[in-house]
Amino acid sequence: MLKFSRIPVLIFSVAILLFPSIAQLVPAISHYTDILVFAGLYCLITIGLSLLMGYAGQISLGHAAFFGLGAYFSAVLTTRYGWNPWMVMVAGTLFTSIIAGAVGWPALKLKGHYLAMATLAFGIIVVIIFNEEIEITGGPDGLTRIPGLKIMGFAFNTVERYYYLVWVLVLAIFLFTANLIQSSIGRALRALHSSESAAMAMGVDAAKYKLLVFIYSAALASLAGSLYAHYLKFINPSTFNIFFGIKLLIMIALGGMHFLWGSIIGAIIISFLSYEWLQYFEELEILVYGGILLVFTVFAPGGLAAIPHMILEKVRTRK
Amino acid sequence: MGKESPDTILTIENLVMAFGGLMALYKPDIRVKRGSITAIIGPNGAGKTTLFNIITGFLKPDEGSVQFNGNSIKGLKPHEISKMGISRTFQTVELFDNMTVLENVMLGFHTKEIKSFILSGLRTSRLRNHENEIRKKSEELLKFIGLHQKWGEMANNLPLGEQKILEIGRALASSPTLLCLDEPAAGLNETESYRASSLINAIREKGTTILLVEHDMKVIMNISDQIVVLNYGQKIACGTPEEIQRNVQVIEAYLGDEGNYVKD
Repeated sequence: MLKFSRIPVLIFSVAILLFPSIAQLVPAISHYTDILVFAGLYCLITIGLSLLMGYAGQISLGHAAFFGLGAYFSAVLTTRYGWNPWMVMVAGTLFTSIIAGAVGWPALKLKGHYLAMATLAFGIIVVIIFNEEIEITGGPDGLTRIPGLKIMGFAFNTVERYYYLVWVLVLAIFLFTANLIQSSIGRALRALHSSESAAMAMGVDAAKYKLLVFIYSAALASLAGSLYAHYLKFINPSTFNIFFGIKLLIMIALGGMHFLWGSIIGAIIISFLSYEWLQYFEELEILVYGGILLVFTVFAPGGLAAIPHMILEKVRTRK
Repeated sequence: MGKESPDTILTIENLVMAFGGLMALYKPDIRVKRGSITAIIGPNGAGKTTLFNIITGFLKPDEGSVQFNGNSIKGLKPHEISKMGISRTFQTVELFDNMTVLENVMLGFHTKEIKSFILSGLRTSRLRNHENEIRKKSEELLKFIGLHQKWGEMANNLPLGEQKILEIGRALASSPTLLCLDEPAAGLNETESYRASSLINAIREKGTTILLVEHDMKVIMNISDQIVVLNYGQKIACGTPEEIQRNVQVIEAYLGDEGNYVKD
């Protein structure tokens, strides 16, 4: 049976909870808290994507665009019209869900590479709109002075405060999604992945479930986008381009898409690579990502999360 | 072509299905009696599996009608037909390899499960109770098909005979009134196919109508009440096993020299 043991989740939660206080004591890693805020935002996206790709078996290269839609929705409505950021965040998530529904309904009828191409095209179109609709989006320069978040007088105006806001949300979404995977819906998704015709013969409405997961993952990406905008207070189109869409896939391939926590590991590692360890590579950074993707698809297609299983399997066959 | 009699669970009339220039089915009128075991036989390419795919919604026929309990099911999607009470197995075993034996059967209960996205994500106590109930029912079903000791194994680790049995079990979980079995004994050895046919008999005893496609003559002659013979998409005979065995047309068109084999 697919069971999530509570102990690793508990240990991870405690580590996340304590990290900022530890980081503050060690100057060399004090800025890691900031990196982990971004990692947390990416986790929100990769959790949804892992459900979509690893469990429902659908590829999407368009999630950078959903991330961007959330960010721009929040940025535009809060800077230009002064709306309440929380309200806008919820509205933006709904807005993106509707877009995802409209895009996903025809696109999910496609399979494999064609679905990847369709979502890729969608991603490109959205970035073109961000660049060209200068009156609304500010064009290539983007939008600045996006307000921060506060609730009843408590402002999330430090890195640590934002860190907790993001990670509490990540943990909540993780648990929600883990529950989902263990439920009848999760079983139906895994069944679809394994044999679509048999799942359909057992009464699983394949099209409905694929769309549902597509929308859910898009909504999470949008939420992450809104939080990103309010954290950085500045956005421009290049953040949401197709390269970021591929980076999200690398996070999932590295972490392992068939295990939900693989998506978290992948998001954290890639965040540290791009914000810290690969700074000196500059443009050559992309070569490293290419290398990672290559090595993992060839030697460990299940990603990091599957390596313990691979080793166990090896040991078992030796005997 | 008159009114539906209540003893008929499935009526197929004037069905035409062509793939390009190939006529897969041409008006094989079939009536399946409620509570019976009806077998469809015929040489390879006779249109048996096509017929199954039409009944279960995987294919849409060009012409004709398919009536289940007096309602037309032509053109409905597979999951809709499943909800109405028709369940099936596949010629090539289509189990969920990435799931355990128990989970495979639990999925069979899909139409009766709580499928709310929010409730599932929050894992409320109502959902947990419901889940436990489904699990209990699945375990009972596994006992009925004799696989309860293997509940925790991955489905693809079972031998073929048990995979076929499990597939029948999974199909039973949706409590169908009509169960369509596509070659339940194909590739099985003597013991395994005996086990499969006793299971099919036991399912009929419980009141489920069974429609099956099969090549194994021994199985067919032993368990069927009615046999429909297809050849090149057309019905060439229909009757009890004894009638079919004696039918000259069938022996000529389908069994040929193997006619003796049937009397085994």
